[in-house]
Amino acid sequence: MFEAIAFYLFAFLTIVMFTITVMSKHALYSMTALAAGMIFISAFFFILGADFLGAVQIIVYTGAVMALYAFGMMFFDSTRELKEKTTPSLLVFGLGGMAALFTVIIIAAPIVSSNITAAYPIVEGVGNTQAVGMVLFTKYLIPFEVAAVMLLVAMIAGIVLAGKKMDTSLTLVEDDEIPELDKEKEKAAS
Amino acid sequence: MMEIGLNHYLVLSTILFAIGLLGVMRRRNLLMLFFATEILLNSVNIAFAAISHFYGDLSGQMFAFFVIAIAASEVAVGLGLLVVWFKRSGSIDLETLKSMRG
Repeated sequence: MFEAIAFYLFAFLTIVMFTITVMSKHALYSMTALAAGMIFISAFFFILGADFLGAVQIIVYTGAVMALYAFGMMFFDSTRELKEKTTPSLLVFGLGGMAALFTVIIIAAPIVSSNITAAYPIVEGVGNTQAVGMVLFTKYLIPFEVAAVMLLVAMIAGIVLAGKKMDTSLTLVEDDEIPELDKEKEKAAS
Repeated sequence: MMEIGLNHYLVLSTILFAIGLLGVMRRRNLLMLFFATEILLNSVNIAFAAISHFYGDLSGQMFAFFVIAIAASEVAVGLGLLVVWFKRSGSIDLETLKSMRG
């Protein structure tokens, strides 16, 4: 009963938030709606008994990813209204048809594969976090380490790409030197 | 109606995936394109968690973790590239990327 109420409530909220994300003309509204949708999605994980996944969802998506987007948007002119030029093409219709096909496959696949058995059954008597740890650090140890290396590579790539000209700190120079720095930057750009 | 089963979650996941796909096809701003990609990844996560719960198997949750890790690194690298592109061209519209026409 309560599960059904929670499911329909959060399903409605999530769909509305993501529709706002996709349809809004302001980048700021879009980002805020996306952050709200991420929080609501974590509710599904809590309903499904995947507590650890729900906590990770809140921490990683709303804590790290959305903060990164918020800082990234400081570089862009995000107050301007977005231009959306829609060009109906054959490619879009082809992709739409493929999407519909995938939809049918996604819905039909559980019916076809109704004889699935659990390869790593959920351990009885321990919490979700402990059970996740048991599987993650035995069977999925190598993918876990590879994911760690991948995150390190992504961090280095982010620093190298976005962190150019960050060797001159604006807080360490005197106030009257800052216009000279701007002039040098313009000279270097031209 | 009152009993929430696996199909409910899969239908929800499909709806969210369709919204994300609509965003990918509709948007002309690269930042908005990243948002739509996040929606796609999240909808798949719901399906993974639901299947993991209803089949009593933890593999689904494991894959959801790796999807989250991939999403995080995708955002880091993607935003870095986007900042570089914005410094170079002054715009993050998709149209400005059309310089490699053969």
